[in-house]
Amino acid sequence: MNGSPWNPVLYKVSSKSIENADLLTFELDPVGDEAIDPIAPGQFNMLYAFGIGEIPISVSSILPSYPTLVHTIQDVGRVSKSLIQLPVGDIIGVRGPFGPEWPVAQVKSKDVLLIAGGVGLCPLRPVIEYILDHREQFGEVNVLFGTRHPDNIIYHRDIISWQSDPSINFQITVDHAFPSWRGNVGVVTHLIDKAKFYPENTISFLCGPEVMMRFGIYACLDAGISEDMVYLSMERNMKCAIGLCGHCQVGPYFTCKDGAVFPYTMMKPYLNISEL
Amino acid sequence: MRSKDRPRYVLTVDHLRGLFDELSDQGYEQVGPIFRDGAIMLEKINSFDELTLGYLEQQDKGSYNLDQHPDAGYFQYSVGPQSFKKFLNPPRRKLWEANGSSSNFEITVPERPAKMVFWGVRNCDIEAIRILDKVFLEGAYVNDWYQAAKEDLLIIAVGCTHPSKNCFCTSFDSGPMPYEGYDLSLVEVKDGAGHHFIADGKSDLIKHWLNDTEAQLASKDDLEIASRTIEEAIDNMPIRLNPKEASELLKTNLEHSHWEQVASRCLSCANCTLVCPTCFCSTTEDITDISGDHTERWLTWDSCFVGDFSYIHGGQIRPSTRSRYRQWMTHKLSNWYDQFGSSGCVGCGRCITWCPVGIDITEELAAINDNPVGPAKDKKSRGNEKHKGST
Ligand SMILES: Cc1cc2nc3c(=O)[nH]c(=O)nc-3n(C[C@H](O)[C@H](O)[C@H](O)COP(=O)(O)OP(=O)(O)OC[C@H]3O[C@@H](n4cnc5c(N)ncnc54)[C@H](O)[C@@H]3O)c2cc1C
Ligand code: SF4
Ligand code: SF4
Repeated sequence: MNGSPWNPVLYKVSSKSIENADLLTFELDPVGDEAIDPIAPGQFNMLYAFGIGEIPISVSSILPSYPTLVHTIQDVGRVSKSLIQLPVGDIIGVRGPFGPEWPVAQVKSKDVLLIAGGVGLCPLRPVIEYILDHREQFGEVNVLFGTRHPDNIIYHRDIISWQSDPSINFQITVDHAFPSWRGNVGVVTHLIDKAKFYPENTISFLCGPEVMMRFGIYACLDAGISEDMVYLSMERNMKCAIGLCGHCQVGPYFTCKDGAVFPYTMMKPYLNISEL
Repeated sequence: MRSKDRPRYVLTVDHLRGLFDELSDQGYEQVGPIFRDGAIMLEKINSFDELTLGYLEQQDKGSYNLDQHPDAGYFQYSVGPQSFKKFLNPPRRKLWEANGSSSNFEITVPERPAKMVFWGVRNCDIEAIRILDKVFLEGAYVNDWYQAAKEDLLIIAVGCTHPSKNCFCTSFDSGPMPYEGYDLSLVEVKDGAGHHFIADGKSDLIKHWLNDTEAQLASKDDLEIASRTIEEAIDNMPIRLNPKEASELLKTNLEHSHWEQVASRCLSCANCTLVCPTCFCSTTEDITDISGDHTERWLTWDSCFVGDFSYIHGGQIRPSTRSRYRQWMTHKLSNWYDQFGSSGCVGCGRCITWCPVGIDITEELAAINDNPVGPAKDKKSRGNEKHKGST
């Protein structure tokens, strides 16, 4: 709109589905003729709630029906709460898509290891969808998902179908469970023992809290996956998403335009430096 | 035509007054240094005679003083607390406004900036504009307001004849004499013999105007006097840092104990970032009127020293002053090279003068340089940190 990268395109909430107590998945469709460019796995949009503010949210599914957008939003504060409360039919401003993709379409015949913590599963869901749509192009496929509590599990329908799909190895663990929980308890990195892959031919994507990703990366490297085959998605405060506000810097990088998806080799010098 | 082949002219104050009036007639908004609140500030002005005349300055770490002096000219000081970024990327500007409600709203975009003339731009500030061009115009996304403000911009530069004690532009490739990036450049000469300006016109508009003034061509003597004043300015500025070495040094000293030492003095007040001519960080603000059906999105300057700058739910990435000062200095002197291919510092000295506790970026760098930690170890350190949970 008027060529300014600060101006959002208006989308209408066309459907909402509840994932858990504080997480919702939205489908958005453009109000007018204008739509943002097609979005790819790993990319994100800035979503604007009228009069409240704007936040970065990853694409959580890619539908064949462009230009419909799918985003999963967790209620954590001012803007996310306002977005979540919007009824179907209301309008959200969208800017994007931003950032590089998970390099999923570029890796052929590799084993895949996805490690997700909590809402970190949202940006990885389009990767899983892509792989299932192109299953013959990949070797072993593993998805390790850790979340706080069984109540925090999201994408129930997808998870049931992934768990029953013999072509992917989907593992789930929780930090704390209720007595009737029969699944894994403990940190997600422990699930790596249940993953099947040839380390020298494996690509790994991680998304979740930074500390989880750090331990996840060590687990990948300890398992023999090569450094340059590990990718992670960083989270930083973002006000503009176009590299002009300065908030999202990590060392020399802007998380919004150099990431949020980074090869581990780029982040390696900075991940262990506190408060960088 | 190459700069050194262009004729130089001798302009009087009346010539410049004439230029001011002519540019006003052509619809330019004019901005220049004026005296206000005890400092030389940059403001919109309506007549040439609003420009500062007769001030000399004293700057030191954390201090700034102006004295009136009968022999002082218009531009015989260095830089005040403000820089021209104030006009190219204003401290507050409306990005757009929306009317309606969350169920139906429309967005409208405000007007573009007026065409402007900047008077008295020093080479450090020309350099700073060149750096902001890289940030705002040469990346994947363009700051459209900055772009529009620059489109019709006229820059009237001055050779800097009276650098302050905090100036160190000679530590960079630039130095006190503008060599490009201006429409007209002036070296002010005020002595017993008179008051005039040795002028170099670069853009067509200015060249035509110079022709029409029938001003005298500068003689060899005139040129020599002008270049001598600049050389004296250069001699008065010791080299304080080596930018390329600084950039490498900081990369390997992110855990240096000196950051803690600076933090014990730094107030995290953000003055340094506000006065810096290249600091560009911003934030957005949404303001909704009481009826709730009119909302505006504003872009305002922000600073890496501000508490919630690095906030993500759960806490700040940089809660300590140590980490904020480190972010600022490594950005200015090191990461900027990776991001934009140049230094983020031009050696204008503003951050040194306007730091309430007199922290001097060049001294902090020197302290690290005197006692470097060396290249960071390629550690896969797991420290004492425990991975306790997933979310
Ligand atoms: C690249 C990227 C992708 C993301 N994808 C998703 C997603 O798919 N689903 C989801 O629920 N969340 C996602 N997040 C996190 C989401 O952006 C934050 O939860 C959100 O910004 C919180 O804003 P708030 O106003 O609700 O919270 P408040 O706590 O009120 O935050 C105040 C302001 O701080 C900033 N802020 C706070 N937390 C974050 C954060 N984690 N990241 C960036 N800025 C923050 C925002 O500007 C926010 O408006 C993503 C973040 C990034 C950087
Ligand atoms: S860092 Fe300090 S000396 Fe360098 S350009 Fe900014 S204000 Fe001037
Ligand atoms: S260095 Fe000085 S000016 Fe900058 S934040 Fe610290 S106290 Fe303020």
